[in-house]
Amino acid sequence: MRKSSNNKAWWLVVPVLILVAFNAFIPLMTVVNYSLQETFGNNVFFWEGVTWFEQVLRSERFHDALLRQLLFTGMILAIEVPLGISVALSMPRKGPWVSVCLVLMALPLLIPWNVVGAMWNIFALPDIGLLGYSLNSMGFDYNFTQQPVSAWMTTVVMDVWHWTSLIVLLCYAGLCSIPDAYYQAARIDGASAWAVFRYIQLPKMKRVLTIAILLRFMDSFMIYTEPFVLTGGGPGNTTTFLSIDLVKIALGQFDLGPAAAMSLIYFLVVLLICWAFYTIMMRNEEQ
Amino acid sequence: MSRIEFKDVRHAYPQPAGQPVQYALKEVNQVWENGGAYALLGPSGCGKTTLLNVISGLLTPSEGEIQFNHRDVTRLPTTERHIAQVFQFPVVYDTMTVFDNLAFPLRNRRMPEARVRERVDEIAEMLDLSDRLHQRASGLTADGKQKISLGRGLVREDVNAILFDEPLTVIDPHLKWQLRSKLKELHQKIGVTMIYVTHDQIEALTFADRVVVMHDGSVVQVGTPVELFNRPRHTFVGYFIGSPGMNVLPCGLENGKPVFANNLLSSGYPADADLSGKLEIGIRPEFVSFCDDGIPVAIEKVEDLGRYQVVTVSHENEQIKMLIGEDEAIPSESPMIRFDPDNLHLYHNDWIVETADA
Repeated sequence: MRKSSNNKAWWLVVPVLILVAFNAFIPLMTVVNYSLQETFGNNVFFWEGVTWFEQVLRSERFHDALLRQLLFTGMILAIEVPLGISVALSMPRKGPWVSVCLVLMALPLLIPWNVVGAMWNIFALPDIGLLGYSLNSMGFDYNFTQQPVSAWMTTVVMDVWHWTSLIVLLCYAGLCSIPDAYYQAARIDGASAWAVFRYIQLPKMKRVLTIAILLRFMDSFMIYTEPFVLTGGGPGNTTTFLSIDLVKIALGQFDLGPAAAMSLIYFLVVLLICWAFYTIMMRNEEQ
Repeated sequence: MSRIEFKDVRHAYPQPAGQPVQYALKEVNQVWENGGAYALLGPSGCGKTTLLNVISGLLTPSEGEIQFNHRDVTRLPTTERHIAQVFQFPVVYDTMTVFDNLAFPLRNRRMPEARVRERVDEIAEMLDLSDRLHQRASGLTADGKQKISLGRGLVREDVNAILFDEPLTVIDPHLKWQLRSKLKELHQKIGVTMIYVTHDQIEALTFADRVVVMHDGSVVQVGTPVELFNRPRHTFVGYFIGSPGMNVLPCGLENGKPVFANNLLSSGYPADADLSGKLEIGIRPEFVSFCDDGIPVAIEKVEDLGRYQVVTVSHENEQIKMLIGEDEAIPSESPMIRFDPDNLHLYHNDWIVETADA
């Protein structure tokens, strides 16, 4: 059979290429441009090579922010994933309560980030907030504007409140796709509840769970608005995560070179972790 | 191993409020003798799977009692009933190897690992899975997966019964024959009660010693294949078993003798029996033949099936199928047929009427 080669169809891709160029590639290249040069305004640039990268990688401030970021993401994943799975497992599969549960679960996801931050800020205020006031009147010394531990706790709980639902909904969808026959077979085979979870539910949830963890990782690693509204990165720098720090350097101090270098490093870190995680999770799928 | 008995078992699935209760099982009284090979035969939706699930405890019946060896097990959970069950569509544990899949029911019951190995090897040998034991189960074809499901059903030795719910549906025809004869062989070897659900009469008749025919939630007849063929107790059995099925024709009654087309047929029935209601005769196509003096019919269709021919004839509005030999001539002018009186049955409201001399 003769294959006619006509490559005109490629032209149809052009609009997408233009779109991607304008909203991703060109801005990224601008950042690369800034990261390699020094400027004092008026569009005058001086070549700096990798100086900014070296400076960022050696700076204690960056190390601390990265560490805080890793700690924060680690903590919220460690709480949200098991919590999300167990909530999904205990949700009803059929009956009138299904839709009630789904709506309740979806509610936090619909609230804008800055509103969540403001809500929790007021909720947690030690003198007038419901949470802050109750904790203090129960005898706990709680003040998230002054104590690093309180500030961290509040930020983590806020994120758990906002985003656990995402994991719940994804896992629930995974669970609902398991045919009844699997549960029946497990009962015939005498499987314990743990074995059912380990060998039926978890494997069937694996794909959605991978996506859920990836989404939560990326999102929490780039978290900005909620802690910015809640604590503003304080007290001191204790809740200054990477993107808050980045904005401080770029827009507060207007150090465009180091900020650009930092955002590139930041971008590569996210990319690297996502790639490594996804590769490991999907390694066995191919067989 | 044990004898399983159903006492007045009925089951209805939950239904929207306000609707009349519909029973998926309507009063089943049935004994499954220890070590029997039963086939449960019936069309889709007649309650076969419900009945199996009631035995294995996946369902608790709405009414009635299940006994294993005269012990009430109605409320006993599945795990404590020691029943193996194989489902219609393959269920495998994707993340495990074939070996671990087969070992799963044994390991869940804490069997020593050496013994597990022995059993799994034996079953894998039987099902031709030995060379794939260490592959992951998820990579197998549908055939292979169903063999694993079968294997998990057969691997335990301490079961009360093994239930098969149309297990060979997804399997290739040539492999089907092979597996079915292996199951039969296995039954003869280990002698555990086996109940095999199917809607395919050939499958039922080749596998089982006794066939249980279900229709619309009830057991209508239990018997050997020969009994079902010769003496269907219910018109449904006559129609469902045999190919083509039994002819069921409306008839009248005169002096205890059924009348069809002004012909008195068969011998006497008890005159005192109350036979008001629907009366029919049943005659298998095998026992209808052409003759010189009988019921006049018109020939509608002749199908040549190789070793025999299926002839469809009609008398007034009734169609009658007959089965005649390949070489037998079909009369071309004013054909007449007769029914073999020894193989003619009378049905009252679909149930057979016993003859007076029987």
